[in-house]
Amino acid sequence: MNAPLPEGVAPVVNESGLAVQPLYTADDVESSGGWAMLGRPGEYPFTRGIHPLMYRRQPWTMRQYTGFGDAADTNARFRYLIANGQTGLNVAFDLPTQCGLDSDDPLAEGEVGRVGMAVDSLRDLEVAFDGIDLERITVSLTINGSAAILIAMYLAMAQRRGFDLRTLRGTAQNDILKEFIGRGTWIFPVGPSVRLVGDTIEYCAVHAPKYSPVSVCGYHIRESGANPAQEMAYAFCIACAYADEVLRRGLPIDEFAGRLSFNFNIFGNLFEQVAKFRAGRGLWAQIVRDRYAPRKPSSMWMRMIAGGGGGGLTLEQPELNIVRGAYYALVSALSGAQTMALCCYDEAYTIPSEHAQRISLRTMQLLVEEMGLADTVDPLGGSYYVETLTNQMRAAMARIVAETDAAGGIVALVASGAIQARVSAQAYRRQRDLDAGRLRKVGVNCYRSDDEAPNVEFHPYDEAGAQAQVDRLAALRRTRDGAAVDASLRDVRRAAAGGANVMPAIVAAVNAYATVGEITRALADALGRYREPVRFTE
Amino acid sequence: MSAPPGRARPIRVVLAKPGLDGHDQGAKVVARALLDAGMEVIYTGLRQTPEQVARIALEEDVDVIALSSLAGSHVAFCRRLAPLLAEAGLADRLWIIGGNLPRQDHDDLRALGFAGVFPTGSRLDDITSFIEARVR
Repeated sequence: MNAPLPEGVAPVVNESGLAVQPLYTADDVESSGGWAMLGRPGEYPFTRGIHPLMYRRQPWTMRQYTGFGDAADTNARFRYLIANGQTGLNVAFDLPTQCGLDSDDPLAEGEVGRVGMAVDSLRDLEVAFDGIDLERITVSLTINGSAAILIAMYLAMAQRRGFDLRTLRGTAQNDILKEFIGRGTWIFPVGPSVRLVGDTIEYCAVHAPKYSPVSVCGYHIRESGANPAQEMAYAFCIACAYADEVLRRGLPIDEFAGRLSFNFNIFGNLFEQVAKFRAGRGLWAQIVRDRYAPRKPSSMWMRMIAGGGGGGLTLEQPELNIVRGAYYALVSALSGAQTMALCCYDEAYTIPSEHAQRISLRTMQLLVEEMGLADTVDPLGGSYYVETLTNQMRAAMARIVAETDAAGGIVALVASGAIQARVSAQAYRRQRDLDAGRLRKVGVNCYRSDDEAPNVEFHPYDEAGAQAQVDRLAALRRTRDGAAVDASLRDVRRAAAGGANVMPAIVAAVNAYATVGEITRALADALGRYREPVRFTE
Repeated sequence: MSAPPGRARPIRVVLAKPGLDGHDQGAKVVARALLDAGMEVIYTGLRQTPEQVARIALEEDVDVIALSSLAGSHVAFCRRLAPLLAEAGLADRLWIIGGNLPRQDHDDLRALGFAGVFPTGSRLDDITSFIEARVR
């Protein structure tokens, strides 16, 4: 136990509920669990990093979240970012694409190309990646409800361009369970949705073994109200749910676990976040080892993207978000992230401008070039505070994982809406704390500057561009082989209704230029559609 | 639920998520604040069309129609919703909207009939007291 605080020193408790002491010594490390989980980078339990040399070998991949308008608009922004030194791409899709709707669907009105790139068919992906070397620039697709279709399109596009699927790298977000908790681009019911994730993992393990078919997102669970310990713990529960789904099909753990990756949030207390990531690497390695007994060390790696933290950004004094972003990038680098997608200062207002994107990119570059963040592995390792907190965070996360499993498992708790109710109750308490000034937010409830008009350039909505997308879709429907499309959709429906993997049928359908909306409807005919449980009690 | 002084029933609010936007953290937070303030809340869940919002508002005979939008399509949506609410005879009810609402859109939203505009970061008590002051 810690000594009582000196007279007049207020207690500090971090968001995960751990008391923070004014001073840490070697005794605190010992009493929190000691040094047993530290190890060496590149070795189990990987607390210090998944590779022996980390950024000294290669800095993190810089991959800003980008996409708007149509495929040609997005291709131009991709080329701009690559010309400015970006080393990966992270594709934003518009909401109709994310929800499995075509651009001419009545529900898509006013949304085509608004928050991301509109994709109806394979043709759009061909335009979006035109002239981009998919071996040098790895691509991440931020897509979930319709991920099986977009992964199929991406692989089909790459294959047509002549890339070898055996060596093609890239990532799809494809984490549907978190969409039910937050973010909301679900389409099919919970059970069939998990099956589709299993289908994509299984298909990629065989046909595109270097491709990462899932990036499990604690990120959006945190945005929905989870604390940092819950963020990690729920993500691990979700990753296990997907692994269990694939293992049931008889695929060995080492055939796919190394291609699972994670996406985490970064806002909040700096040391709590660093400890969260270090603790998470150790806990994930432990979970995979104990539950699945892999032979390959890489099956136990917690590979991650970090650097986004929308919940930490403010509408007020938006330039301060540049400073927050710089700290987020610092935290991410201190935490050993494989990839960073740094949030932009204007994103509380609008789709980031080219200028804002470049500031975020340069922020990451200057950490490498000027600040020495790529020189040494796990530079905070050995700090009494960070090691104590890492031990405590790991224990807190392990407790939440155990509680979740004991309460019926993450899939059941998401299906019933229990997790959603818990995190939204926490979000409510957080907002009350902000309103009352108990939780301080610079520019919001302290140090306000009400007189300043924000200097933000708004991204215009291109109505003519949206109409052009709809017109191109109409032309595609006229010119493609309609009988081949219909046959391919029948195959999708049949595969979905049966128990077989639906991916081969979806790949055939996208190659026939069936659209996102058509394939989604074929799947929904067999799988049904999700109905949201809304509850305000846990 | 408790009826405020002078009212036969608690204030009834339909809280809707318009369009395809899936960001519902804010809507759920506001729903809890309204419930805590003694109001009845009919939360629609995600992906509501203007027709659905107008129909629920009419069927539930609500005092307040509240929208939460964070993905930028708020003006387009409100332009389609406003005439539907008017046709349904709900022009005398209180219409409010919150979310990611740039300042330059506030006048448009008010002109369409949305008396309360609450951008991200609005205080919960400001929302509840705005409603309480206007619904009698």
